[in-house]
Amino acid sequence: MARKILQHALMIVATALLGGLLTAAMVRFAPGSSVDERELDPRLSSGSRQALRQARAAEQNFLRFYVDYLRRAAHGDLGISRTLNRPVRELLAERAPATLRCAGLGLGIGWAGALALAVSAAVLRRTAYDAFATVLAGALLCVPAAVLALLSVFANGPAPLVVAVIVFPRLYRYSRNLLAAGYRQPHLITAYAKGVSGARIFFAHVLPLAGPQLLALAGVSVSMAFGAAIPVEAVCGIPGIGQLAWQAALGRDLPLLLTLTVMVALATLLANLASEAAAQMLSPKAR
Amino acid sequence: MRTARKIAMVVIAATLLVCLNAGFLAPAHYAAEFREAPNAAPSRAHWLGTDALGRDLFSRLLYGTRISLLLAPAAALLSTLLAGFIGGAAGYLGGIWERLAMAAADLVLSLPWLFLLITVRALLPLDVSPLISLAVTFALLGGLGWAAGARVLCAGARGLRNADFVLQARISGMHGLRLFAVHVLPNLKPVLCAQFWISVPVFILSEANLGVLGLGVAEPMPSWGGLMRELESMWSPLHEWWKLAPLLLLVAVTGSLQLLISREELTA
Amino acid sequence: MSTKKLSGSWVLAAGRLMLALLAVLPFALPGFAQSGELRFSLHNEPTTFNPLKVEEDAADTIAYLTGGVLARVNRQSQALEPALATAWKITDGGRTITFTLRRNVYYSDGTPFTADDVAYTVRQLMDPALHSRIADPFRTGSGAVQTKMPAPGRISITFPAPIVGLDRLFDQVVILSAHSPNKEMAVLGPFYVADHKAGAYVLLRRNPNYWKRDAAGRRLPYLDSIRLDIQPNRDAEALRLRRGEIHLINALDSEYYDRLAAYVPGALHDAGPGFDTEQMWFNQVPTAPLPAYKLAWFRSTAFRRAISEAINRADMCRVIYHQHAQPAMGPVSPANHFWFNAGLHAHPYDVQSALRRLQREGFHQQAGSLVDREGHAVEFSILTNAEKKSRVQMAAMIQQDLAKIGIKINLVTLDFPSVIERITQTFNYEAVLLGLVNVDLDPSAQMNVWLSSGDNHQWNPKQASPATAWEAEIDKLMRAQASTMDARQRKAYFDRVQQLVWEQEPFIYLVHKNALSAISQSVVGAQPVVLRPQTYWNIETLQLKDAAGGRGH
Repeated sequence: MARKILQHALMIVATALLGGLLTAAMVRFAPGSSVDERELDPRLSSGSRQALRQARAAEQNFLRFYVDYLRRAAHGDLGISRTLNRPVRELLAERAPATLRCAGLGLGIGWAGALALAVSAAVLRRTAYDAFATVLAGALLCVPAAVLALLSVFANGPAPLVVAVIVFPRLYRYSRNLLAAGYRQPHLITAYAKGVSGARIFFAHVLPLAGPQLLALAGVSVSMAFGAAIPVEAVCGIPGIGQLAWQAALGRDLPLLLTLTVMVALATLLANLASEAAAQMLSPKAR
Repeated sequence: MRTARKIAMVVIAATLLVCLNAGFLAPAHYAAEFREAPNAAPSRAHWLGTDALGRDLFSRLLYGTRISLLLAPAAALLSTLLAGFIGGAAGYLGGIWERLAMAAADLVLSLPWLFLLITVRALLPLDVSPLISLAVTFALLGGLGWAAGARVLCAGARGLRNADFVLQARISGMHGLRLFAVHVLPNLKPVLCAQFWISVPVFILSEANLGVLGLGVAEPMPSWGGLMRELESMWSPLHEWWKLAPLLLLVAVTGSLQLLISREELTA
Repeated sequence: MSTKKLSGSWVLAAGRLMLALLAVLPFALPGFAQSGELRFSLHNEPTTFNPLKVEEDAADTIAYLTGGVLARVNRQSQALEPALATAWKITDGGRTITFTLRRNVYYSDGTPFTADDVAYTVRQLMDPALHSRIADPFRTGSGAVQTKMPAPGRISITFPAPIVGLDRLFDQVVILSAHSPNKEMAVLGPFYVADHKAGAYVLLRRNPNYWKRDAAGRRLPYLDSIRLDIQPNRDAEALRLRRGEIHLINALDSEYYDRLAAYVPGALHDAGPGFDTEQMWFNQVPTAPLPAYKLAWFRSTAFRRAISEAINRADMCRVIYHQHAQPAMGPVSPANHFWFNAGLHAHPYDVQSALRRLQREGFHQQAGSLVDREGHAVEFSILTNAEKKSRVQMAAMIQQDLAKIGIKINLVTLDFPSVIERITQTFNYEAVLLGLVNVDLDPSAQMNVWLSSGDNHQWNPKQASPATAWEAEIDKLMRAQASTMDARQRKAYFDRVQQLVWEQEPFIYLVHKNALSAISQSVVGAQPVVLRPQTYWNIETLQLKDAAGGRGH
C-alpha cells in the first residue's frame, strides 16, 4: 500500500517536472521570447536597451534556466515575474484564492446542473425533455466564452456562473451518454420484468457501469474549469491566476509561466489520481 | 424522433449544399467592401446587412461556414480517433502503458500549447496560403484535443477488460487488435460520440481565438468562428438581430449533428 | 448569571451590530458611488509605485495623480507652468537649470519639502543602474551631474552636456522624499496611495498636505478619493461606463465612441486630432531575408509614393473611425501647435498618379496584376498585430485599395511579441502596419527614430552610415536641432525633416486619430484635451455632482 502511494507520488512529481521542462523549451523557442515591448520606446538610451536584453539573456539556455529554477524552487524561491516585477510566490498566493473560488464554484454548479439534467433525462426517458436538454447544451456550447463573460458583466452576474455555463454542456453530454448506455444494458429488461425499483436499477445496475467513467470525467473537469477560468477572469476583471496566465503568455514571462504550468500540471495529476482512486474504491474488481 | 432526425439531415445537407456553392450563391465576394454602407441593416442588396467595413455578411457567412463545416468535423474526427485509440488501448492493456498514456494525457491538458502554436506559425512562410494555414490550425487542434476524452475512455476500457463477453472472446481465440476493435471500441461509443459532438463547435470557436496568434484564416477570408467573435461588440441583440445569424446557424447545425449521431432511441 | 440576562445582552449586541452593518452596507455594496469618489479603470496592474521607474500606462496614471513635479505642462495650453518650483532659469547653453522652490510645502506624511529632496531625486534619476524612459532623456553626455544650492529654497542642477527642452523634461520627474520613512509612498501630489489590492484596484485618497489652493483659497483637490479598478477588457469597461459604475474612460477607441453614443451621448468628447499616428512601412534592411527584387521595390521612393497615393485615407477615416480621425500628413499632427509644419498637406488619393509613378519605374499591368521590370508579380505581405481591431481593418482596406491597381496583399496578423521580434531582430517581414503613441511634443524625444544609427529607425535601424542621401540629410538636421537652444531655429530644422519625410515616405502615415474620451455628466469641471492624460489632467479641480454642493474645506 505504502509502496503504491510512493509509486504514484513519484510518477506525479516526475510528470510535473517533465511538464516544466517542456514548457521552458516551448517558451524559449517561441518567437518573441527574447524581445521586450519597451524596446519600441524611442526615449530609451542604448544602455537601457542593453539592460533589457540582458535581463532576458538568462533564459536563452532553457536547460540551465530550468535547473536553476528547480534549485531555487527547492528553497522556496519561485523567481521574479518579468512582466509584473514581483516575486512569483507572492503573486500566486494573492491570486490563487480568487481562481479557486471562481473555478471551484463554477465547477460545482456545472456538475450539479449537468447531473440533474442527465440523470433526469436518463430516468424519465421522454423524447421532448431529452431534445430540450440537448438543444440547451448545444446552444451554450456554441456561444464563445468571451461573449458569455460579457453577458455576465452586462447583467452583473457572478463570474462562477459563467464558468458553470461553459463546462455544463460538456459535462452534460458525457454524463447523458454514459447514463443512457447504462440503461441500455440487456439484462435490465429482465430487471424491469422482475419489478426491480427504479432507484435500485439506477444505483445497482446503471451507476456501476457509468461510475468509473464519470469519475474520470470529474478528474478531467478540473482542468476544464481552469481553462474556462482564463477568459472569464480576463473579461470580468477577476484578479485570479487565469488572468495572470494570459498576461504571462502574451509577455513571454518565463518564470511565471513555468510556475503556473507546474502548478496546473500538479493539480490536474492529483485530480485525476483522486478520481482513479475513487473509481477503484467503488468497484474494486475492475482491476 | 424520426421526423426530428429527418429535419436534422435536411438542415445539415442544406447548409453543406449552400456553402459548397458559395461561389455561385453568394451575392458578393467576401472581401468586397461596400464602403458607402458599413454596418448596414438587412436590405434587398445585403440580406444579412454588412459588417464594419461594408462587407456583405451573408456572403461572408456562406464562405466562412464552408471552410469551418468541412475542416472542423475532420479535426473532431481526428481527436476522437486519437482519444479512442490512446485511451482505449491504455485502459485495455493496463500496467505501464496505461501509466504512460495517462501521464501524457495529463500533460497535454496542462501545458500551455499556445507557444507551440505560435512557433508553428512562425515556421510557416509569411505568404502561406490561407487554406494551408487553416488546415494546419485544425490539424493542431485535433492533435491536441484528445486528452480529456482519452482519460474517460481509459476508465471505460479498464472496466471492460474483465467483462464477461471480453473474456469469452479471448477464450474463443480472439486477440489483440481485432479483439480491441470488435469488442472494446464499440462499447466505448457513448464517450466517443460525446467527444466528437463537443469537439465540432469547440474547434470552430477555437479557430477564431487562434486568429490572434496568426493561425486560422487570414483576413479578409471569413471563418465561422471569426464571425462569432464579432458578437463581442454587439450590445443590443434586439437592434442588431441579424448579427446573431452565425450563432443561430451554428446552434442549428450542432443540434442537428447530435440528432444524427445518436442513433439510440429512448425506450419508454 | 441567568440565561435570560445573557440572551438579553446578546440581543442588544446583535441589534447594535445590525444597525452598524446597515449603516455601512450601502457603502460596501459595489456600484453605489460614494460621494466624492471618482472611479475609472486601469488596463493593467501597475508594475511599480516608484514614479521614476514608470514603464506603462497604469504606473504612469498613478504617478500623475500622486506625484508632485517642479514644473507641469498644462495639458490644455501646452505651456509649461510652475508647480513645486515657482520660477526657473536655464543657463550655460542648456547645461544648467536653476529652480526657485515653493516654500511651506509638505509631503503627505508631513515631511517638509526642501531642496534636499530635489537633489536626492536627481541623484536617483542619474543612477546608472536606473534604466527608465524618464531618466534616459537626461543622459545626453557622460559624466556626473552636479547639484548646488546657491540659496535656501533654490537649487541649481548642472548636466554634463546641453539638453534641449530641459525645462519641459521636468514635467515627468516626480520629486521623491529624501528623508521620509515612507519612501516613495510619501507624495507631493493631490492624492496618495491608500490601498492596493493586487489585480483588483488601487485606492487613492486626498492628500491633506497638498500645496495648491483654488482662487477662493480652498485647499485642493475637491475629490475625496479615486478608485482605480483594474479592468483589462475594453468591452467590459465600456459597459461599466454605460451603467454608471465608472465615471470616465481616458483614451476611448472610436468603435466604443459610437456604441456609447446611443446610451450616454452627453458623456462623449472628441477633442480633435490627437498626437498618435498609424503608419505602414516597408522593410529596407539590406540583410533582410527577402528576395532582392522585393527589397528593390521597397527601397524605391517612387514605389512608396505610389502605394501611398493608392491608399484611400478618407475612406479609412470615414468607415473605420467614423470621422473621428483625419488623413495623416506626417509624424507630427496639427494638434502639436508649435512643431507641426503647417506647409504640409495630406497625401492625395490619386490612383492615376500612382500608376504613372509606377510606370516610370518600369512597372506595368499584365493579366490584371502589376508586374515589375523583370516580370515579377507585385505581391507582398502586410504584418500587423491582431490585438488592435482598427489596425487589422485598415490593413484590410489597404488590401482592397491596392487590389485595384493589381497588387496582391497578404494580410498577416500575429501577436505583438512576434511582430516585435520580426521588426527588431529577424527583419523577416515585408511591410508592417503599426501605430506610435507620441507622449512628448518635442522632437528630440524621437532622435532614435530619425537618426539612421538609431534603434527605432524602423525601416532600417542601426545603420553604420546613412544608406541614402536623404537619410544623411535628416541625420544632419536632427543633430542640428538638438544642439541649439533657439526654438525658432530648431523649428526650421525640424520642419525640413518633416518635409523630407513627406517626400520620401519611409513611413507611410495613414491617419491621425482624434483624441476621444468619455466623461460621465456627473463629473463637474472636466475639460477633455488632446494631451495625455486627456480627461483627468486637471484632477485637482474635478468634482462629482452629488458632492459638489455640500463640501467645505
